[in-house]
Amino acid sequence: MKEKSEVLQGTLALMVLKTLDVLGRQHGYGIARRIEQISGDILALNQGSLYLLLLRLEHEGSIVSQWGASENNRRARFYRLTATGRKQLEAETRDWNQTAAIITRFFEVKAEDLT
Amino acid sequence: MRFLRRFLVRLKKFATDWQDEKRLREEMEEHLARQTDENLRAGMGPAEARRQAVLKFGAVQAVREKYHAEGGLPLLENLLQDVRYAQRMLLKSPGFAAIAILTMALGIGATSAIFSVVDATLLHPLSYPEPNELVRIEVDQPGVGARNVSISVPEWKDLERSGIFEFVAPITSGSTNLTGTAQPVRIAYEGVGPSYLALLGVKPELGRWFDPHDQTPGFNLEVVISDGLWKRVFDADSRIVGKNLRLDNDLFHVVGVMPPGFHDPGRTEEERNTEIWAALGFAGDNRPPPLRGTRGIQQAIARMKPGLSLAAAQSQMDALAASLQKQFPADYPAVSGWKVRLVPLKESLVGNVRQPLMLLLGAVGLVLLIGCVNVANLVLARASARGREIAVRQALGAARSRLVGQLLTESLLLSLLGGLAGIVILLATKGLLLRMVPDSLPRLGDISINWSVLLFALGASVVAGVIFGLAPALQASRLDLAHTLKAEGRGTTGSGERARTRRVLVVTEFALSLVLMIAAGLLLRSFWDLFNVRLGFDPQNTIAVRTWLPNPNDPKTDIYGSTAQEAQLLREMLRRGKTLPGVNEVAVGSRESMPLNHNRRPVPLILEGREIRGNQPPLVEASSATPEYFHLLGMPLLRGRLFSDQDNENAPLVAVVNQAFARTYWPDGDPLGKRVKVGRRGASWTTVVGVIADARTESLEENSVPKIYKCFFQQSDTDVNSHKELVIFLRGRLDPARIPDEARVAVQSINPELPVFGAATLTDVVSRSLSQRRFSMEMVLLFALTALLLAGLGIYGTISYLVSERTHEIGIRLAFGANRSEIMRMILRQGLELATAGAVVGLVGALIVSRLMTGLLYGVSPTDPLTFIGVTLVLTAVALAASYIPAMRAMRVDPIAALRYE
Repeated sequence: MKEKSEVLQGTLALMVLKTLDVLGRQHGYGIARRIEQISGDILALNQGSLYLLLLRLEHEGSIVSQWGASENNRRARFYRLTATGRKQLEAETRDWNQTAAIITRFFEVKAEDLT
Repeated sequence: MRFLRRFLVRLKKFATDWQDEKRLREEMEEHLARQTDENLRAGMGPAEARRQAVLKFGAVQAVREKYHAEGGLPLLENLLQDVRYAQRMLLKSPGFAAIAILTMALGIGATSAIFSVVDATLLHPLSYPEPNELVRIEVDQPGVGARNVSISVPEWKDLERSGIFEFVAPITSGSTNLTGTAQPVRIAYEGVGPSYLALLGVKPELGRWFDPHDQTPGFNLEVVISDGLWKRVFDADSRIVGKNLRLDNDLFHVVGVMPPGFHDPGRTEEERNTEIWAALGFAGDNRPPPLRGTRGIQQAIARMKPGLSLAAAQSQMDALAASLQKQFPADYPAVSGWKVRLVPLKESLVGNVRQPLMLLLGAVGLVLLIGCVNVANLVLARASARGREIAVRQALGAARSRLVGQLLTESLLLSLLGGLAGIVILLATKGLLLRMVPDSLPRLGDISINWSVLLFALGASVVAGVIFGLAPALQASRLDLAHTLKAEGRGTTGSGERARTRRVLVVTEFALSLVLMIAAGLLLRSFWDLFNVRLGFDPQNTIAVRTWLPNPNDPKTDIYGSTAQEAQLLREMLRRGKTLPGVNEVAVGSRESMPLNHNRRPVPLILEGREIRGNQPPLVEASSATPEYFHLLGMPLLRGRLFSDQDNENAPLVAVVNQAFARTYWPDGDPLGKRVKVGRRGASWTTVVGVIADARTESLEENSVPKIYKCFFQQSDTDVNSHKELVIFLRGRLDPARIPDEARVAVQSINPELPVFGAATLTDVVSRSLSQRRFSMEMVLLFALTALLLAGLGIYGTISYLVSERTHEIGIRLAFGANRSEIMRMILRQGLELATAGAVVGLVGALIVSRLMTGLLYGVSPTDPLTFIGVTLVLTAVALAASYIPAMRAMRVDPIAALRYE
């Protein structure tokens, strides 16, 4: 259990940044829903830890937040990507693609290819 | 970058006590409301919709805690909490806190004091840019046993051209007489090469330094003066540049003033106090042209090319020396083994104080360590009283790491407070401490409590705190919970482990003290032996004053230029000296006749009928003296005769030698009547007429240094030494406060332009030559006594503790009829066991340490059995005495009370 959530830590940040990149301004619930929707039911997100991550990303300067009114006149805290956050997202996307490509190549290798 | 940003935001929130809790709560409520709505829409009942939303959100309390942690710096928060708690604990037991802080204050204060000396001397000996490039060029001729021989002008040029060095500066040091001011003053002077200042990387404060054109053939008349001289004699005259100075009757003019705080990197105190610099001429009108074999440059310093390592420079130098020897075989006879060594300048400056200073640092470090052990013992004793508290906290769920952190924080707070107190004490007693440091220590004036000393004190405090805090803290946190909590009201009893730790600590302490005591004992014996050494001369009731005869460039202005003129002056000095109040005897000698207080500068010796090996005659100590000298100093004649008034400038030259001289050069023959030449080329044959007993006039440590004395009335230009410093010895019932002035008046009544300086009683001179040894010995002894005291307290504390733990057992023993003296012996035996274990470990340590300090010992072997056994006995006696009080207490235990108490 524990290891699983730790693996999620890094990727969760990437998902949050990407979500904000796509949706623009969004509140915590919206981000959580979006991640769940896209991942389907495969990813059981611990919603509470999302807020911890949001605070950390804000401390790191990747996102900023502000109270505002939502669609059905509810008060909500809205998060938005900053220039730093955009750069971070780009860098992490690159890293992720690279890692994914390497892993893919490992899976493609068959025993006879190595001889 | 992102990490730093996050850290700073957290730090800011921590510092401003910012709370994110409200925000989280609001966000959480919003989130749950939305999720509940969603669930309702999906068809759930209201209660179920809310329940599912909360479940999906996850553990609220965990999120809240982590959220709180992210909103601040939990480590720092814990630390602050621990510090506050530690502060409360210490305030609750002020006695313990005071003793611990005081012990640490003494330890850290003393260590920092010694470190400040080490910092100024060994770590920063040179205050010039890129000090590691600076070297001293030392030339030896090991084949003929000569060290630090001079170099010649062509050799200097070779070094400059070698490509190894950026600059090479020749230096000759001496004295000069500054007249034309209120009093004639004798000033330390150096003739240096023009690259001297560029080499050291210093710029004059005022005016300019010599430029290459100043280094013309003949005598250079430009001088640069020190900041001190400028302020002292010239009242900091801002228009000093261009003014004239009269030095040794010659007119010079000032071209520059050195910056304040500049010191020549000389080997002796006198060189380091140089106040006038002139550019060396080398091709003077009345001197022969520079020859390779005319080695007149006393010393040379150089700056290596940047990036060149010392080893690389030395190997290039060796190659150069080899090629020179091949090229000029006549000037470098193979037998002399001419060799050039490059010695780091800082090494040549402080090399001889390194060992004593490291010894002191080691000694004071041991004291600090012993202090730590003592405080660790105190903390352990307290830990047994606090066992329940800690057990309760642990039972309530405190993590072990948190408990260790808490206890360590307490120790660190103690040691940091101790360090702070130590620095305060140090600052308050700084002046007093500096007065204890011998004057001969290089860079004495640069010792200060600066940032590096404060940093050192901080580091020492932290290390000390960890040392004495770690063991007790780890142990306290390893308590057996159930056992401790059950042991109602008793504190924790003899967990065997704690008693064992205390024993180990005491044994360590005892061993460390023994090492220190033995080191101190060996130093004390060395000092005592030197102090009581048979001098071979009598320093009592004797005062020496000095004067300096001008040595002008123009021989025509030298009124003491001829032997007859100088002899006339000496006779006049002797005559007037005798009329001074209280004076019974007067003698005058050259600078080298002053016992124990001259730079040894041996001169070549040629024996008649004896072949010189390799063109390099042996070097001997030589001086000149008037006939009364030997009687005045109580140096007995063994054979032949002493000088008489008939040995004047017209009579054949005569000399007196000491026994060592006779033994060395005529081991089988009769020295009387033999002829020698002493001094530079052109010296005349001199007949040995007498042999006197050996005396320790050259060094207290050496008994028999060959020395030859010439009759001062017969001194001529080509004689022993070119410099003309005279020492006037006065013996009788003298008033040391008045005689210097009276002597000055008497000398200046002959010639008002003669400076009179350096008055000192010979007993002071003898005692000052021991000052560095005395300093080391006193300091180590002080540290050793502190260690002894601490070790005694440590043993007392531990035995008391063991006794109090065994009160119950002793009560039972007594109830069963044990003999009281038996009980006492049992306790004493425990003390003795600890002492024995400590002694075994300590003796091994002492053997290692004493071997390392062999160079500091005199007349006593590093394994001197008397010291080793004596010190061990003393320490054991202290251990027994310290165990005696608790043993008495054990003996007096009332069995009824002891048993009822349980």
